[in-house]
Amino acid sequence: MARMTMIEAIRDALDLAMGADDRVVVFGEDVGYFGGVFRCTAGLQRKYGPTRCFDAPINESGIVGAAIGMAAYGLRPVVEIQFADYAYPAYDQIVSEAARLRYRSAGEFTCPLVVRMPAGGGIFGGQTHSQSPEALFTHVSGLKVVVPSNPQDAKGLLLSAIADPDPVIFLEPKRLYNGPFDGHHDRPITAWKAHDLGEVPEGPHAVPLGQAVTRRPGNAVTVLTWGTMVHVALAATEETGIDAEVIDLRTLLPLDLPAIVASVSRTGRCLVLHEATLTSGFGAELAALVQTECFWHLEAPVRRVAGWDTPYPYVHEWNYFPGPARVGAALRELVEV
Amino acid sequence: MTQDDHPPLRLIVPEPEGRPGDQPDFSKVVIPRAGTVRRPEVDADPEEIRDLAFTIIRVLNRDGQAVGPWADALDLSDDDLRAGLRHMMTLRAFDARMLIAQRQQKTSFYMQHLGEEAISCAFRHALRPGDMNFPTYRQAGLLIASGYPLKTMMCQVYSNDADPMRGRQMPVLYSSKEHGFFSISGNLATQYIQAVGWAMASAISGDRRIAAGWIGDGSTAESDFHAALVFASTYKAPVVLNIVNNQWAISTFQGIARGGSGTFAARGHGFGIPALRVDGNDYLAVLAVARWATERARRNLGPTLVEYVTYRVGGHSTSDDPSAYRPAEESAAWPLGDPILRLKNHLIALGIWSEERHAQAEAEVLAEVVALQKEAEAIGTLHQGRRPSPRDMFEDVYAEMPPHLVRQRQEAGF
Repeated sequence: MARMTMIEAIRDALDLAMGADDRVVVFGEDVGYFGGVFRCTAGLQRKYGPTRCFDAPINESGIVGAAIGMAAYGLRPVVEIQFADYAYPAYDQIVSEAARLRYRSAGEFTCPLVVRMPAGGGIFGGQTHSQSPEALFTHVSGLKVVVPSNPQDAKGLLLSAIADPDPVIFLEPKRLYNGPFDGHHDRPITAWKAHDLGEVPEGPHAVPLGQAVTRRPGNAVTVLTWGTMVHVALAATEETGIDAEVIDLRTLLPLDLPAIVASVSRTGRCLVLHEATLTSGFGAELAALVQTECFWHLEAPVRRVAGWDTPYPYVHEWNYFPGPARVGAALRELVEV
Repeated sequence: MTQDDHPPLRLIVPEPEGRPGDQPDFSKVVIPRAGTVRRPEVDADPEEIRDLAFTIIRVLNRDGQAVGPWADALDLSDDDLRAGLRHMMTLRAFDARMLIAQRQQKTSFYMQHLGEEAISCAFRHALRPGDMNFPTYRQAGLLIASGYPLKTMMCQVYSNDADPMRGRQMPVLYSSKEHGFFSISGNLATQYIQAVGWAMASAISGDRRIAAGWIGDGSTAESDFHAALVFASTYKAPVVLNIVNNQWAISTFQGIARGGSGTFAARGHGFGIPALRVDGNDYLAVLAVARWATERARRNLGPTLVEYVTYRVGGHSTSDDPSAYRPAEESAAWPLGDPILRLKNHLIALGIWSEERHAQAEAEVLAEVVALQKEAEAIGTLHQGRRPSPRDMFEDVYAEMPPHLVRQRQEAGF
């Protein structure tokens, strides 16, 4: 085991994958010599050479489109979109091409591609460096969508994503890169080295796609969440003293529905929590599934806490971000029903 | 030869001339002497002026004299020249103070113009009221040279209660319709094609207004850049398409975006758009070329692509440290010099300026900026003082607030 930040864990996964398989190539804006604006690819060009890890022109559609061509050829590209907010120019390539290549060619051509993107707010990034666009990808048939909440999972999930035969959207909560963040922005920053999940297994380490994990067992209410909000949920649970079961979904697609059903059927209450805007967010999908699968066990309506339905406002970041106070209030209301 | 006789293929990945620890090397930047590049008529056939995309139009020589046909086409008063110098000095002082403010955590982020002041300050003087710029984050000189209040710019950087954008945007993403400065989105290249659309709208409406698009060397790689060129070319839109080539896109050298093309300006040729390459550190050359290009637009002769050759002396932003990816001495070795120093020397050579007056002007500009900064800070900074109301967070998502947002605002308690 080694102590790592999420950045180091991601870099470790890329390093392992590149070392084990010559077909793994890494590229994106500023990822080559410099090693990425968040440093996730630092040192990889030096170690594996500029044809395995290189700078791309600033063209996200080009980055993903070229990666699709490489994946179809037989390589295993892992590309970085510098911020998830910059993915929209690549949306056509992701939605119309990567996601459908296997289907439309009846398996003749495939697209084993990983698109990494830092996502989420909490860094005063305003509307172009803060978004959580996971639902734009879960809505597309043919994509897998992964959101790690800690270094240990980041490494294991990324290695599984690279090994996966289909395109994977890998969203990295940038506020978690250097330490866990529970939404208390006014408190001192904590580091991963003081956190159990900053312990990362050395060498090969796979966290299978499609498996949720219970971060805190509880009986009063089930919280379904992912990414940064896992830590916010745990803080809210502790602060309210409510015996909530916090489930970190880790992979939104494929979804670990059995884990969700087992928990909600037992607690009878469900809070869905995400940082992305509320309307048509992935929380809506979860609420619908829970309602269908757990209807006779529910003691209260499924509740959602999410980002407000506005663009991410720069100066009002902490009024916007669904922090522990909002989550705690929702938990209290849920258990009182 | 059969196919097997060829060596295996290999991927070619371009590299810059120098990295940290290397000696800076600009020997491949071919710089013609000032005054030597011809100035065609504005209605010249694009095919006849292809050479202008591969040279550098320069006006100010080493002795501070304005020479050649581009200089002759300028007719600037002494006051115009002194005002130009003052605008650049103001922008530089403004940047310096805002950088300090960022380090003092009065704002989260800042982007400076160091070395690139001439481009936006000079270009503004080729525009008329009603014209519209679609700027990037490094053209604040367009505002300063048009008399936009510095204090309002500071309030935007501080996201305080007097920020006209109500704190919704990151620092330096200004907006002013009145001053011909379109709201900066913060995404790259997206607004280049919008500038073309604005210009087309003016033509559709039988108006006289023109537009100017702005983009950096790195962002010319974006598909929207190419969309802008094809629309501008097809509809002969009254637009000036500016490329600020400051050599670096964060850590990525300009060769990654330029590829096998000789210059960025040459991108215009495939679209039949006249393309000029100009010394971006030469205030007078920028203004002369801007006037040529804007006149073409006003006479309905269509778009012009202009590449400003310059150098980003500072980091990309306050989040960036260039010493990690380029030679430390590179900016000192940049062969086109400093834009403020060059215009200052010209004014001194003309006998309308002196070292003493310059020092005095520097002190005045700094005093003015500092005084306005105090006023702005008295209203508030990012973490202190008066901020926009959180109630405002829900406004302007739509013209009329839909019921779900009304509900969310109530739930938020604002």
